[in-house]
Amino acid sequence: MRKSQKAKSLFNLSIIGPAIIDSLKKLDPRHQIKNPVMFVVLVGSILTTGLYFQALSGHGEAPAGSILAISSWLWFTLIFANFAEAMAEGRGKAQAANLRRTRRDTPAKKLSNPSYGSSYEKVSATTLRKGDVVLVEAGDIIPMDGEVVEGVASVDESAITGESAPVIRESGGDRNAVTGGTRVLSDWLLVRISSNPGETFLDHMIAMVEGAKRQKTPNEIALSILLAVFTIIFLLATITLLPFSVYSVISAGHGERVTVTVLVALLVCLIPTTIGGLLPAIGIAGMDRMVQANVVATSGRAVEAAGDVDVLLLDKTGTITLGNRQAVAFIPNQDVNIKSLADAAQIASLSDETPEGRSIVVLAKKKYGIRERHIHELDAKFIPFTAQTRMSGVDLGDGRQIRKGSAEAIEDYVKKFGGSFSDDLKSNIEMISKNGGTPLVVAEHKHVLGVIQLKDIVKGGIRERFAELRRMGIKTIMITGDNPLTAAAIAAEAGMDDFLAQATPETKLKLIREMQSGGRLVAMTGDGTNDAPALAQADVAVAMNTGTQAAKEAGNMVDLDSNPTKLIEIVKIGKQLLMTRGSLTTFSIANDVSKYFAIIPAAFVGTYPSLKALNIMHLATPSSAVLSAVIFNALIIIFLIPLALRGVPYKPMTANRFLRNNLLVYGVGGIVAPFIGIKLIDMILAALRLVQ
Amino acid sequence: MNWNNVIQGLIFLATVILLAKPLGIYMARVYEGKPAGLNVLLGPVERWIYRLSGIHPETSMSWKGYAVAMLLFNSIGIVVVYALQRLQAHLPLNPMSMSGVTPDLAFNTAVSFATNTNWQSYGGETTLSYLTQMVGLTVQNFLSAATGMAVLVALIRGFIQKKVETIGNFWVDLVRSTLYILIPLSLILSIILVSQGVVQTFKPYEKVTLLQPVKNDNGTVVQEQVLALGPAASQVAIKQLGTNGGGFFNVNSSHPFENPTPLSNFLEVISIILIPAALCYTLGYMVRDKRQGWALLAAMLIIFIPCLWSCIYFEQQGNPLFNSLGIDQKATAFQPGGNMEGKEARFGIVNSAIWAVATTAASNGSVNSMHDSYMPLGGLIPMWLMQLGEVVFGGVGSGLYGMIAFAIIAVFIAGLMIGRTPEYLGKKIEAYEMKMASLMILIPPALVLAGTAVSVSLHQAKVSIFNPGPQGFSEVLYAFSSAGNNNGSAFGGLSANTPFYNIALGLAMFFARYWLAIPILAVAGSLSRKKIVPVSQGTLPTHTPLFIIFLIMVVLIVGALTFFPALVLGPIVEHLMLHHS
Repeated sequence: MRKSQKAKSLFNLSIIGPAIIDSLKKLDPRHQIKNPVMFVVLVGSILTTGLYFQALSGHGEAPAGSILAISSWLWFTLIFANFAEAMAEGRGKAQAANLRRTRRDTPAKKLSNPSYGSSYEKVSATTLRKGDVVLVEAGDIIPMDGEVVEGVASVDESAITGESAPVIRESGGDRNAVTGGTRVLSDWLLVRISSNPGETFLDHMIAMVEGAKRQKTPNEIALSILLAVFTIIFLLATITLLPFSVYSVISAGHGERVTVTVLVALLVCLIPTTIGGLLPAIGIAGMDRMVQANVVATSGRAVEAAGDVDVLLLDKTGTITLGNRQAVAFIPNQDVNIKSLADAAQIASLSDETPEGRSIVVLAKKKYGIRERHIHELDAKFIPFTAQTRMSGVDLGDGRQIRKGSAEAIEDYVKKFGGSFSDDLKSNIEMISKNGGTPLVVAEHKHVLGVIQLKDIVKGGIRERFAELRRMGIKTIMITGDNPLTAAAIAAEAGMDDFLAQATPETKLKLIREMQSGGRLVAMTGDGTNDAPALAQADVAVAMNTGTQAAKEAGNMVDLDSNPTKLIEIVKIGKQLLMTRGSLTTFSIANDVSKYFAIIPAAFVGTYPSLKALNIMHLATPSSAVLSAVIFNALIIIFLIPLALRGVPYKPMTANRFLRNNLLVYGVGGIVAPFIGIKLIDMILAALRLVQ
Repeated sequence: MNWNNVIQGLIFLATVILLAKPLGIYMARVYEGKPAGLNVLLGPVERWIYRLSGIHPETSMSWKGYAVAMLLFNSIGIVVVYALQRLQAHLPLNPMSMSGVTPDLAFNTAVSFATNTNWQSYGGETTLSYLTQMVGLTVQNFLSAATGMAVLVALIRGFIQKKVETIGNFWVDLVRSTLYILIPLSLILSIILVSQGVVQTFKPYEKVTLLQPVKNDNGTVVQEQVLALGPAASQVAIKQLGTNGGGFFNVNSSHPFENPTPLSNFLEVISIILIPAALCYTLGYMVRDKRQGWALLAAMLIIFIPCLWSCIYFEQQGNPLFNSLGIDQKATAFQPGGNMEGKEARFGIVNSAIWAVATTAASNGSVNSMHDSYMPLGGLIPMWLMQLGEVVFGGVGSGLYGMIAFAIIAVFIAGLMIGRTPEYLGKKIEAYEMKMASLMILIPPALVLAGTAVSVSLHQAKVSIFNPGPQGFSEVLYAFSSAGNNNGSAFGGLSANTPFYNIALGLAMFFARYWLAIPILAVAGSLSRKKIVPVSQGTLPTHTPLFIIFLIMVVLIVGALTFFPALVLGPIVEHLMLHHS
């Protein structure tokens, strides 16, 4: 959870130790039955162990030693697969333990009346129920998830987010949600508890990372079906080899039928044990990567859907543009010097502490060298912005009155004194709007001096990220309350595919529904309560942790960093999850080619000596050929654990190129690698004289 | 590989590809109910059939309704053919006074013809009356083919439609397939075949005096022979066009009255894969993306061509044992060379091999040479083409829907590899489709392997094997590969007309047909209910060379991995023994 842990190595001793014990515990048939592929391996292991004891008693189908060698490596295959799962779970458990540490039995101040100053009793957090109101003061830990009903306070949420900077939580608006286990640093809050014990956000996170509530996702189910079918096909192909072999021995008149041990070995080598063994680990590791990206998903299904998203709805403000507009140009009226416009604009903004106001002062200074003066030295009176006047400005000591504000407000203002807007000015105002800017008109008494062009500043690098998304096949749509002209200009500047202007909760919902009925999968981020309906409708809905409880409940993921561009990362993690499964499935099946060439000649060369010709790897002896294939099959699971846990790397490129690259690596590689591996193992076995 | 082989192979392929497009468009228009050229003539007939049978062509059925109609209709076919065979002694058009067929053989033949397999345990000219051949077998040749095409059209509708519960009307698809496609094509072909000398008569068999009397094994001199006749041309045409393959005569298209000339041979072999190839184009046309149809056709051709080349190659190589005896096996102007055992002199190596590969790639099953006599690897190719699941052309309709099942598996794996849940032709492929597609790839191998295993273990089954050793094993494996994939061709060398084989193979044919058709209809139903996903840059294109190669790999890997051990114990070891001895 904490940043320092992100760098933690894959193989951590404190995780490996318990994982080894766990992998033995997981040999329990009740656990194995959940994974049909590995269950077949378990049955094979038990069967060959039985054959080993039979051989010990002197009635075996083959020398006891060679049966034991194969049998033990079959058990290792199982244990290695269990180990992969245990490793993935271990990493999750380590994170969960960190989270649990924050959940001490916190004392809570339960209020009798939901108002500040009323009496409270000290109770344990575990006794709190939904609807109770508690008082949390500086230094207290917030006992449970809830909504702030009164007060403002800074809260340290590092326990959950890993972010050390405190955040502000206040009643009303979109910053009223607090999380149990976080600490109030200053001031006080009245919090209405929003969940019962065991259902809090923290509980949810712990359950997720521990994989306790992990259910198979639809895609995982489809893959399991495919793997089960391959298992059945190979089961048939190997079981029928017994009668085929008996028939061949009878008709050839010599040789011995293939042993059950060799058939079991062949079966285990053929069925997709590599993917079958690593499948649970891949799923758990996917969740784990999500948590490391500081995103908590409510289900694996959501993570998987993220990989499929093809439309992304993003709020303009804060996501695409910096939260504030900035002044970028002064456009004077025909009869006005640009410097005097800049000067007037700067004076009018000196006391305006809004980011827009500051940016005007800075622009005037930078572009026209107008020194920043102090409002007192001008003997000026600041006229602040109000919702009624919709303008601000200064009344100077020399009687000058300078105002700046929206075009409508200033027009009313100058009309009062008998002034008017020239056509030229009107066209300037229109031009600015058209280009996605906001015009601020500056007037001195009845004289209009000109216009300040304010502009949304598109975040650096965002264009490239959207281009990346486009390469991934994802369409981006900007959502904004701006008018269509402004929206179009900003969307174009940010490189977005489309926009929804003058958005309301209803139009957002409608847009999502339209997209979905067109067959698209929609992702969106949101934080406000008014986003909740749209979040509930979207396929992948990421709520900001700073957002309201309603937003969090409507979404299926929560981003602890409250970073709207996190969606891009979420999409990547979702894709990686699918890709890792697909690549290892291909690898697993491609492996079978070489295993046939190792085992089939070995199994039947006694009956048909001509089959020597198929031993293209020139493996030393039939028994070393079979054993080498089984050992390779077991070891490859261990070798691929890091890949399963880290995931196949994802780079945005077209689907076709991606498929080609992965096919080369995992398909062609999957065919070639075992030829080399099995040959090497055979050479080692022969050199050490471990087999006859 | 000599020039004669190359040129004949190329002419065959070029003709198929050239004809695929116009026929494909024609069929698509027929199924879409648009004017296709013969409507003036056949439209009234179609409407008359609907009126007469009380069919409401505009009502669309749910997939279950469609499946029930299909099964019901096919069971009636099985019962009628069974009854005709059992009762033929008492029915008209039986000039040779054939007696009733035994129950197990009648069952096998009835299932065989209803399932579009047309495995022949019977010998046409020695077992069946003209009535049974015409009303029983020929009618089923049309209807079983039309059933396969109807199921395919229902599946294509699954891709085109969105958010509907129904997949079309089985009766309409059946009538249109038969009336507009199968009957006109068969009519044309049978008339040309008659012109080449294929017989078409109700006259009884004729006795003729031999030009050159022969002495048989017990020393008696034989002066005359009986020439079997009958209404053959009309049945031969549909047997080739509808991927049926059940010959009018026992030796099928190697019989001079069934396939007399090189021209008749050319037309018959073209007819084998004509409709399966054209249906690929129909698919592309109907889903409004012709590239998708070409892609599937390309995938089929890319598997087909090397198989064709290898089969010709291995047969032209001849038998290594003959080389040591100093026998000349080279092709010259005066001899075809190669392994001519079991092949007709008028067809030679190349036309026999083209036929063998075409008839097993498509699930036709007619033969013009004896597959049992092929070289081990030459015979492996036809066997393996069947084991691939009859998806390389395959049966009319059934081949393409089988290939689409493989495409579903391929897009699923490929989709995972690029990090996207898969879609094919605009429809999301989910767990349900995967379940059904998995059944499709599971059932045929299960039938083939289990059937072969039981047969090589049971005494009453083993006595039917003529040649012991790997060849005998291949004969049994071939028989079940043929029945378990609804092909119908026989390797030979196995006396399959025994109660055991009649029933075992009959069951294999039955399950191979309907256990695949029902899941496909279920997929059609499920796809119809889905919305159509628009194509974006993240969509995996399914018409690119890369996807075609991937699809081929999936087909080959599943086929090869499933049957490699069995093939090793049959043709492969036989080949090695032949070359190492």
